[in-house]
Amino acid sequence: MDAEQPIVAIGALRKRFGELEVLKGIDLAVQRGEVVAIIGKSGSGKSTLLRCINGLEEFQQGTLAVDGQALRHGDARAMRALRQHVGMIFQGFNLFPHLSVGRNVMLAPGLVKDRKGPEAEARARALLQRVGLAEKFDAWPDQLSGGQQQRVAIARALAMDPSVLLCDEITSALDPELVGEVLKVVEDLARDGMTLLMVTHEMNFARKVADRVVFMHAGRIHEMGPPAELFAAPKTPELQQFLSALH
Amino acid sequence: MVDFSLWDIVRNLLLAARWTVALSAIAFVGGGLVGLALLVARIARWPGARQGVGLYVQVFQGTPLLMQLFLAYFGLALLGLEVSAWFAAGLALTLYTSAFLTEIWRGCVDAVPKGQWEASASLALSLREQLRWVIGPQALRIAVPPTVGFLVQVIKGTALASVIGFIELTKAGTMITNATFQPFTVYACVALLYFLLCWPISAWSRRLERKLHRGR
Repeated sequence: MDAEQPIVAIGALRKRFGELEVLKGIDLAVQRGEVVAIIGKSGSGKSTLLRCINGLEEFQQGTLAVDGQALRHGDARAMRALRQHVGMIFQGFNLFPHLSVGRNVMLAPGLVKDRKGPEAEARARALLQRVGLAEKFDAWPDQLSGGQQQRVAIARALAMDPSVLLCDEITSALDPELVGEVLKVVEDLARDGMTLLMVTHEMNFARKVADRVVFMHAGRIHEMGPPAELFAAPKTPELQQFLSALH
Repeated sequence: MVDFSLWDIVRNLLLAARWTVALSAIAFVGGGLVGLALLVARIARWPGARQGVGLYVQVFQGTPLLMQLFLAYFGLALLGLEVSAWFAAGLALTLYTSAFLTEIWRGCVDAVPKGQWEASASLALSLREQLRWVIGPQALRIAVPPTVGFLVQVIKGTALASVIGFIELTKAGTMITNATFQPFTVYACVALLYFLLCWPISAWSRRLERKLHRGR
C-alpha cells in the first residue's frame, strides 16, 4: 500500500439530522500512525464526525474511505470489511454485561475472523495484559471499576487488529481519579504507532499526545494544526473563546 | 339416578384436559415461531415490516380471541373453506399468541441499551450475530417473566375454543356439572387442574430467571 495514502480520507462530508445540518462539509485526511485530537463545544459535530467514520451515522453527501476502502451504507459486506479496520471506544464503555471479560474480548474475533481455541484465548489474555488487566480474564464487567471497564473495551477493540481507533470522549464518564489509567493506555497505543482519532475534553492530554488538533465549530473544521501552535496561538476568536472558557 | 364418584369426575376432566394441553402447546409453539419471525422482520427493517407488523399486532390485540375463533371457524367456512375445528383453533390461537409475543419481545429488545447495538456493530458483527450473541441473550433475560405471564393467560384462554366444539377442560366441567349436579366439586376440580398446568410453568420461569441472572 502507498505510504502516502491517508488511512482515513474524508472529503466534503455533509450530514443532516432531518432539517438540521450538523456537518457542513468536512475535509480531513489522517495519515497512518497519526494521533488526531478533535476538540470543540458540545453540538459542534465532533462526535457525529467520529461516528460517521465507522458507519454508525449515515451521511448524505461527500466521501469517506478507510485504508482505501470507501464507506458504502446499505452494503452489509462492505460495512463489515470496513469495520474490521476501524475500532471504536465509547464514552459509556458498552461492555457486553452477559459475557465475562475474556469472552468480551474474544467474541468478535471468533465470529468475524474465525479465531477460536487456545490461540484466541492466549491473544485475549495478552491484550488484557497490555491494558494492565491480565488477572481479570474471568471477571464480569459489573465487577470492574469504570476505568477497568474502559480498558477492557480498549482490549476488545484491539482484538480486531484495527488500523484506526476512534475514541469518543472515552474518559468523560469516569471519576477523576480513574481518568489517568485509561489515558495512560491510550498514550502507550499512540507511542506504539496506532492511528488514533479522539474526541476529547482532556486538553492537557491532547497537547501531550496529539500530532494534530482539530477544532470543530458549528459543523465545520474551524481551525487545525499542531497542538503547540493551536493552543499557544489560536487564530480564530471562536477557538480563543473556547480555550479561555476552559480555564 | 346414577351416582358419580369423585374419580369419575376427575377422570373425565383429565381426559378433557388433554385438549387444553394440546391447544396450549399449539399456541405456544405456533405463536412463538410466528412471533419470533415477525420480531426479526421488524428488527431487520424489512420493507413494510414496521407498518405491517404494527397493524397485525393492533388487529389481533384489539379484537377478542372469541371473535377470532369464530371467524377462523365459521368465517372461513362462509368463504367456502371447509376447515376442521383443530385447524381453526390452531390458526386463531397462533395468530393471537404471536401478536402478543412479538410485541412483548420487541419491548424486551428495545430495553437493551443502544450502546450494545453500537458496540457490537463497530466490532463488525452482522445483524444476525448481534442478535444471537449480544442482544438476544440480554433481551431473553428481560423477556422471561412477561412471556411466561402471557403463556399462562393463553392456557386459560384455550377455554374459549369450546365455542367451536372443543370439549376441553372448562367445557367438560360444564357438561359434567349438568350430569352430576355437583357444581362446587366439579369446578373446584377444574380450577385445580388449571392450577396444576400453570403452576409448574411459573415455577420453571422463576428458576430460569435466577439461572439467567447467575450465569449472565
